[in-house]
Amino acid sequence: MTGRLPILKSGATLAAIAAICTSLVALTYHYTADRIAANDKALLEQSLQPALSDLFFDSGVSESRLVVAPPHELPGDDEALIYRIYAQGKPVAALFVVTAKDGFAGPIRILLGVDMQGVVTGIRILQHRETPGLGDKIVSRRSDWVHQFPGHSIHDPGVEDWAIRRDGGQFDQLTGASVTPRAVVKAMRDTLLYFEAHQEEIFAAPATEDAT
Amino acid sequence: MNDDRLWPKLKNGVWKDNPGLVQLLGLCPLLAVTTTLVNGIGLGMATLFVLTFSNALVSATRRWILSEIRIPIYVLIIASLVTCIELVFKAWFPTLDRSLGIFIPLIVTNCAIVARAEIYASKNPVGASIVDGLAMGTGFALLLMVIGLFRELFGHASLLTDFTMLTGGEGFNGFVFADGGLLLLILPPGAFFALALAVAAKNAIDRKLRRARNTGATRSLRRSG
Repeated sequence: MTGRLPILKSGATLAAIAAICTSLVALTYHYTADRIAANDKALLEQSLQPALSDLFFDSGVSESRLVVAPPHELPGDDEALIYRIYAQGKPVAALFVVTAKDGFAGPIRILLGVDMQGVVTGIRILQHRETPGLGDKIVSRRSDWVHQFPGHSIHDPGVEDWAIRRDGGQFDQLTGASVTPRAVVKAMRDTLLYFEAHQEEIFAAPATEDAT
Repeated sequence: MNDDRLWPKLKNGVWKDNPGLVQLLGLCPLLAVTTTLVNGIGLGMATLFVLTFSNALVSATRRWILSEIRIPIYVLIIASLVTCIELVFKAWFPTLDRSLGIFIPLIVTNCAIVARAEIYASKNPVGASIVDGLAMGTGFALLLMVIGLFRELFGHASLLTDFTMLTGGEGFNGFVFADGGLLLLILPPGAFFALALAVAAKNAIDRKLRRARNTGATRSLRRSG
């Protein structure tokens, strides 16, 4: 009897404090949830914007999402995303979120915008773990490297020349880092090839609903 | 030690018993996020907040907590507070939250917080515990800022970049003095060097102060003798 009481008391105390803590978290969640959802959406729209440069469009960017589950022909082994961009009901461009898997320090997540003629409208790096000061110059904030691509398509300079200079291609590498740009350029090339081959089905497919 | 006035406790937390410099607690976030001053400020503020409130809650409930289950209770309290602050950061400082990444949730594992709960808050009244949390939190935050400032200034050759992460929007966004600095300081080893320099600097200043006090004392002793 005397042995059981402290256990009961401990259990009750723990339960009471757990209840208080949980309600504290629930309350905070209640007051922040809407703001967080709005932030996430704004961030998405804002992060997709640079890949479109000054292309005119009037569709909501985030509502036209297509989720391509692996296995697929796009770069990367994980889920690829395609956002379809329209102006007055007509498709004007597609945004790809794909993964270059052979980065120097793990996969690099890339956002690539392509217009209906297959011309690159912009490219940004969404996620990477490349070496600070060397490979991380692929990020637009750190150098102009990504700005050499807009205006090019798979026919300009052509499939064989879609590579960094060191590999006999057309594009600049980075001083002290060639693995990183090589991976990114290769992923871009594969995405452009995919777009050329699958353009019609991409715009015909219905948008993927959110799982939530 | 049990003096609960703000000023002496603050001096204690910031200098004499600084959780990072002297107790060497919570080094994981300290070393990881201090690549820029703004990161340091962000994590410093978050830690200060969690430390103060966890001290308050632990102290408020200390009469009902049996010593056998105190650790799970501390963990519960600290984890809930960290989850709350993470939500608040996500809602009001989304860019800062992304910059600090996993280190906001990882405040849970900052042993400086459990240590203050165990050493101080579980044995002292609420008011004194809050003051203790503020003092220790300030000490930790200041150290994060000093190291962040040092690494940003010499590693990135910039100061207060991404300041808009704190203000949320346009406006002042820091100075950039040159294109890139000493890369070593941004990489993980640089964090250890920076911390070592900070500890060494503190010890050097302490020794100088002690020597000054000693010579002062001998002189007055001689004069009186």
